[in-house]
Amino acid sequence: MGPSGSGKTTLLKLLSGQLRPTKGSIRIDGKEITAMNRQALYQLRRSMGMLFQSGALLTDLDVFENVAYPVREHTNLSPSMVRSLVLMKLQAVGLRGARELMTSELSGGMARRVALARAIALDPSLIFYDEPFTGQDPISMGILMRLIQSLNRTLKLTSLLVSHDIDEACRIAHYAYVIADGEVIGRGTPVALRESSEPRLQQFLRGEPDGPVQFHYPAVDYADDLLGSKL
Amino acid sequence: MIEWLVRLGANSLQGLETFGRSGLFFWRLLRQLPSALREPGLVVHQLYNLGVLSVIIILVSGLFVGMVLGLQGYNTLVDFGAEGSLGSLVGLSLVRELGPVMSALLFAGRAGSALTAEVGLMKATDQLSALEMMAVDPFPRVLMPRWLAGFIAMPLLTAIFSAVGIIGGYMIGVTLLGVDTGSYWTNLSSSVDFYDDLLNGVIKSVVFGAVVCWVALFQGYDCVPTAEGVGRATTRTVVIASLAVLGFDFLLTALMYGEVG
Repeated sequence: MGPSGSGKTTLLKLLSGQLRPTKGSIRIDGKEITAMNRQALYQLRRSMGMLFQSGALLTDLDVFENVAYPVREHTNLSPSMVRSLVLMKLQAVGLRGARELMTSELSGGMARRVALARAIALDPSLIFYDEPFTGQDPISMGILMRLIQSLNRTLKLTSLLVSHDIDEACRIAHYAYVIADGEVIGRGTPVALRESSEPRLQQFLRGEPDGPVQFHYPAVDYADDLLGSKL
Repeated sequence: MIEWLVRLGANSLQGLETFGRSGLFFWRLLRQLPSALREPGLVVHQLYNLGVLSVIIILVSGLFVGMVLGLQGYNTLVDFGAEGSLGSLVGLSLVRELGPVMSALLFAGRAGSALTAEVGLMKATDQLSALEMMAVDPFPRVLMPRWLAGFIAMPLLTAIFSAVGIIGGYMIGVTLLGVDTGSYWTNLSSSVDFYDDLLNGVIKSVVFGAVVCWVALFQGYDCVPTAEGVGRATTRTVVIASLAVLGFDFLLTALMYGEVG
């Protein structure tokens, strides 16, 4: 978790190998990913899933084909097996009946659920969620939370979720890190975080507009600015 | 003055860097040729998008260019009593020069801009990243089929342009202005050589197709992933691809028809 602009999505892109760090080390499952070539990275990614903030569904394919895409790319399953597998994944996110819809016909919440079905299509062991609750209505948010929780439990996944929706993230996370100003300002279980005395952390968790992170962007004195002639 | 020099240097370095990136992009693209050939369905789909959907604009433009050539050519030739050579003038102009160049410019405007916008939007909406995260390389799956389709479509579109242009010239020259039908076709077939003219025209169109699609795909892939970034990249595609076509046209013409000494 962390405020907007703190680098959460960048961190997720680094962890998934979409960005290369200029220095430092990133290990996934004991493997150093910063030194991997494209082939090795692709091999590792077969055991990863990612839910993008925008859903990132392929717009020229319908719902069924979007979920089937990674299955067809990486397996030699027969068409009937692919069909069964895709329907099972769509059933898990409650959209089996929407299989023939094009992505333009889906609501934001539905698009994210289809993207979730696609992310778990190959039964990954690690899944990244990039701001899954942003821009969702309460019903969609509740559905997504329940889905993320149940998938994590039933598929025995490791889920890494990036969010600034504090309450929702704290309700489903076992362990959380809060980042700001390029550093980790808090870590621990959601309960432990709430009991922390770190001022920046408390401002973030309580949603206070002013504090260590100031409401006003640094500027010259207000009165001087109003009276000054400079435009 | 110093500030101006610094800006010039920075812009030049940035330009060189972009050119280098586009070169690496093209190299990575070409290495995916075997993978793309294994999935002909993807190429055929793009052939429809880039080739078939460009046919109308090529047909209409080819017809008008041929009609203008017929009219202008007749007005010039008739003064020398050589209007019978109209077929040669129309045929050579179209097959050697106007066919490949005009088709490539129209292709850059219609299909090139569409390619950049499509790939740019795929980048802006994280679709390319999603493919990467699914361990699917977008080069053989998304980019190479589009490039290959453009590469194949361009000479075919050029052939259509030239053929329709010749008919346009016939319509004006023969049907309207009274040039003898026999002279038109005889002069046309005797002056247009297979190797010197037709084949060189095909070579030009193949090069133009490769360049236009390379520019269009690179601009889309390299764009700033915002609405404004995609818009700017689309404009850059049309400008750079058009200038590249004209530049390569001069180079190829000099190599094919230029005589030194």
